[in-house]
Amino acid sequence: MTALLLIEQTLNGLQLGVMLFLMSAGLTLVFGIMNLINLAHGSLFMVGAYCAALFLEWTGSFVLAALLALPATLLVGLIIEIVVLRTLYERDHLDQVLATSGLILFFNEALHLVGGAEALYLDLPPFLKGQVKIIPGSPYPLYRLVVIAVGLAVALGLYLLVTRTRTGMLIRAGASNRTMLSALGVNVRLLFTAVFGLGAMLAGLGGVMAGPIVSVQSGMGENVLILAFVVIVIGGIGSIRGAFIAALLIGLIDTMGRAFMADLMGLVMSHTAAQTAGPTIASMLIYLLMAGVLFFRPQGLFPPRGR
Amino acid sequence: MSDILLRAEGITKRYGGILACDNVGIELRAGETHAVIGPNGAGKTTLLAQLAGEIAPDSGRIHLGARDVTDLRAPERAALGLGRSFQITSVFREFTTRQNVALAVQAHDGHSFRFWRKARTDAALIEPARAMLDRLGLGDRAGVPAALLSHGEQRQLELAMALATKPRVLLLDEPMAGMGAADSERMTQLLSALKSEAALLLVEHDMDAVFALADRITVMTYGRVIATGTPAEIRANQVVRDAYLGADEAA
Amino acid sequence: MERIVTIAVLIALAAVPLLASVFDAPFYLDLFGRVMIYAIAAISLNLIMGYGGMVSFGHAAFLGLGGYAVGILAKEGIDSGFVQWPLAIGSCALFALLTGLVVLRTSGAYFIMITLAFAQMLFFLFTSLAEYGGDDGLTIWTRSDFAGLIDLNDGASFYYLIFALLLACLGISARLIDSRFGMVLRGAKANERRMQAIGFPTFRYKLAAYTISGAMCGLAGALLANQAEFVGPSVLHWSRSGEILVMVVLGGMGGVAGPVLGAATYLLLSYFLADLTKHWAIIMGPLLILVVLFARGGLLGLLSGRRAKTDAP
Repeated sequence: MTALLLIEQTLNGLQLGVMLFLMSAGLTLVFGIMNLINLAHGSLFMVGAYCAALFLEWTGSFVLAALLALPATLLVGLIIEIVVLRTLYERDHLDQVLATSGLILFFNEALHLVGGAEALYLDLPPFLKGQVKIIPGSPYPLYRLVVIAVGLAVALGLYLLVTRTRTGMLIRAGASNRTMLSALGVNVRLLFTAVFGLGAMLAGLGGVMAGPIVSVQSGMGENVLILAFVVIVIGGIGSIRGAFIAALLIGLIDTMGRAFMADLMGLVMSHTAAQTAGPTIASMLIYLLMAGVLFFRPQGLFPPRGR
Repeated sequence: MSDILLRAEGITKRYGGILACDNVGIELRAGETHAVIGPNGAGKTTLLAQLAGEIAPDSGRIHLGARDVTDLRAPERAALGLGRSFQITSVFREFTTRQNVALAVQAHDGHSFRFWRKARTDAALIEPARAMLDRLGLGDRAGVPAALLSHGEQRQLELAMALATKPRVLLLDEPMAGMGAADSERMTQLLSALKSEAALLLVEHDMDAVFALADRITVMTYGRVIATGTPAEIRANQVVRDAYLGADEAA
Repeated sequence: MERIVTIAVLIALAAVPLLASVFDAPFYLDLFGRVMIYAIAAISLNLIMGYGGMVSFGHAAFLGLGGYAVGILAKEGIDSGFVQWPLAIGSCALFALLTGLVVLRTSGAYFIMITLAFAQMLFFLFTSLAEYGGDDGLTIWTRSDFAGLIDLNDGASFYYLIFALLLACLGISARLIDSRFGMVLRGAKANERRMQAIGFPTFRYKLAAYTISGAMCGLAGALLANQAEFVGPSVLHWSRSGEILVMVVLGGMGGVAGPVLGAATYLLLSYFLADLTKHWAIIMGPLLILVVLFARGGLLGLLSGRRAKTDAP
């Protein structure tokens, strides 16, 4: 019984983890290479989810809607990069925080207008709706497994992109030493736009995949955004590998904490005390982890070399 | 032994696979000007940062006078009379020239948990600052924001700040960096006038200045000390000539 | 110019109760009272951010902690402001001191995130305190009692108390930043390594500044809880920390008055835009972006025609 629950919660944790990774990958690259704190990254997650919901209404096909939502999010990402963010790269972090929180306000309200006050739901097509018996007697939603698979595939793809291609080499070079890029004669502006677009699309993909699990509504991006920041800070800003490991760590710890903390604490204290304190500690867990990591490693777990 | 003000033994510092300092030993005697020379990347600046307490060595000990200061951090070593200037000018650009020096005076005038009285009009800070600026020939620039000083003036201010902390030992990281011949000459005179006040440990590339100022010279390459001696000894040292000076003179 | 703006804003704030009674619009006492309370919070943040370079993304933690100190004591039947307020301020100072020992080890973006982490921990802590309202928050049935010295239930008296405290906070921070302590703080912002080399143990001064800032924000929290007669987890939600930060940057960090200007502009603008349309955020968002793109140095910089001062890295 406990073993089954453990497996199920591990899968849930993995699923949250890969979702966070999709958000964090772009965030950490944009932060690491362009030195831009983009609070509106959560808005791109939301844009992805909204686009999928609206396209689904329009086309009636989940797959088509998902496929259309990605270029749509990319487009939105490119527009905000060109119109607003591009001028912010050279500014200090505070200006970036102010401007990108302006973007959050704008996007939350704009999608409110477009999508209506009610939350939207992304209905899964029949072929994704089923349950899978991973081990006998324990059904698990197929869609969540698909999410994990897609997330891991994207992570692998990013890994190959960053380690095996020239673009990837430039990205890594940029994350560890920005000034080197222009010295290499790279078209920095184009690279920045490309990296931002890639990050936007990944955030959009996260939103699309989260759509059927959570409700699609204005403001849905912010909580994910905060978690993604926790991830990139723990992982080390600019490090894709750090983001991946930290995302899975956060996903697992958060999920496990919520599922088991109260029972675990019940082993050492009274049942009622554990039932009250458990959930509190569980929700604080990832922040405790972040504070702890930064106390011992003020630059995160995997700081890019050469800073 | 008592006339040795600063002594470092067996200083080793590793960055990843690179040995920035490999078992470095150096002594600075009272009244002495001691120059550290060597090609770029020889570990001179890393050595200075370890002597100043900004970076902890992986191994080795550092003594200031009789005291082992290896485990003390930069502010504590500064309080014991160790001053330093930086290779990259690091004056406070928004503050006026006088405020820059006043801040250095303040650092050695008790604690700074004084919340009410204006520092700008505090005679205990302003008067010594004014005196120091007059002495270094910056008196008429006292009210100017440091950002507006010329490069040479900023280097002088850098020195004024280090001196205002009344150091017994002064570590100078390329005080002539980026200076023209005239400014360089002026700085050399300033430094030689300081001899009676503090022992100087000088990292410098300007060989004219080094041979004019130094009583002893230590030569570093690839993180190691290859020679220490008087200028005449260093000039005559074949190893040094091969590794460093020879190439320099040929060019 | 900054002085003129400051005086004009303060005179306008002083005149609000008079105008509110002439036009019989007591609501404005509330609105402008709230403006001044947030101004105090923003001043406290500016102290460490504008002068110390410490960008806190968790300052609402102090707003909430100060508020909950008042709320919890009130619920336990301790109404005296002489107990509540010092405890509110003291607990914030203590929280700042203890968390400061950790957060000040980091810098830059890591500092931003770790301050957020501690605020989030408090957020979840108060969310789960079922005896004190949990998710829903805590209604404060009686405002702090100052034994007849001042009556917080009287709109104008409360308003002028807030006003006086705002003046005090402005005065304190103006003195502070020009003092020896302030010079150390500003020096550490510009070049911490240099400060240490000339002999300043900067950590303890930054810790002291962080503690003072937390205490001042705790006062704002106590005021806010009294004014709203309510305190809830929403007060220390991370978006509230973001708002305080936006107020400071919007007003401009070059002077002590910037945060007052920023708090007033942000709150009044969102109030009047909300009056205009319920989709006010769609106007407010782009306005913030325009301020960043075209008014470097915030409103203060814009008004005095001064370019933002930027420190060379």
